[in-house]
Amino acid sequence: MSPLVAYLLSLADDRLILGHRLSEWCGHAPILEEDIALANIALDCIGQSALLYGIAAEAEGNVRTADQLVYFREGVEYRNLLLVEQTNGDFARTIVRQFLYDAFGILLFERLQRSTHAPLAAVAQKAYKELKYHFRHSSHWVVRLGDGTEESISRTQRAVNDLWRYTDEMFGAGFPEAELITSGTAVDPQLLRQEWRTSVEGIFAQTSLTIPDANTVMLTGGRTGRHTENLGHLLAEMQIVARSYPEIAW
Amino acid sequence: MNAPHQQPDDQWDLWEVFLQEGENEPHTHAGSIRAADAENALQNARDVFSRRGAVKNLWIVRSRDIVATVPGDTASFFEPGSDKVYRHPQFYRFTLADELWKKP
Repeated sequence: MSPLVAYLLSLADDRLILGHRLSEWCGHAPILEEDIALANIALDCIGQSALLYGIAAEAEGNVRTADQLVYFREGVEYRNLLLVEQTNGDFARTIVRQFLYDAFGILLFERLQRSTHAPLAAVAQKAYKELKYHFRHSSHWVVRLGDGTEESISRTQRAVNDLWRYTDEMFGAGFPEAELITSGTAVDPQLLRQEWRTSVEGIFAQTSLTIPDANTVMLTGGRTGRHTENLGHLLAEMQIVARSYPEIAW
Repeated sequence: MNAPHQQPDDQWDLWEVFLQEGENEPHTHAGSIRAADAENALQNARDVFSRRGAVKNLWIVRSRDIVATVPGDTASFFEPGSDKVYRHPQFYRFTLADELWKKP
């Protein structure tokens, strides 16, 4: 697989898996309005992934369709961040996962609008607009929960402590390939680390939340297909219909 | 007497949502939502009412901040001097669609 295809797939997988996780809230959110908000954000994520899979398939020479990329790849072929596949847990955990990603995604897609790979730049323009709203939504909730009641603060802090170990992967060295960064196709994620940190600290400063110790053990592996067990369960549910009825149309 | 928008204590505040759909259009009432604070209300209004439409602007207001007449006011407020219709601004009826408002 070419570095370009791998990169486009990683971006698409991040959006798809996060969107699918959010869609699991549909009908279960704490209140009607939030149910609709989460479903809207899920649709944005899945919509962005569909566009990204489209340009990934094209970059691959149209040997597989977007649907084949989604429904007929195994877990080890998925390249999403471990963060986005983590389970929803309670509402605080879903919000923290979303916030940690959004704070990264908004920086990434802002820069991808200037990618030298024109189809990616075009998708990034649409995605960036949506991500700005996602960040506004998730960061507002982090402040409300993290500056709320004793219970909301403790649940939110627990989610932060639990999910923090997956944040280093967003800025990992070695991905994407250096040639993509040099050619201006991809963004070097290491350059986003400090800005992300400042953004997260700025939101946490409005709350009683604290950032975990610098010596937290960090987990990585998603970009090379080494996932947590959570991805397998998610894919089983997402792929079952397409795999049971491969020719189905509706 | 109950206020028209009185609500049980275990619910978030009720807010009324007004959408402006075009540059020079008036804001019209779209419905109501529940929300914990103003920013949350703006976001919920956006997600519930505006996502699929062409919306230029959103207004929200806490329902309890709306001052309203009650049924007992109807006679004295709305049924005076019906023989002198010209006293009321509605006599000079026009709508935004009228040619008067349109530039040539």
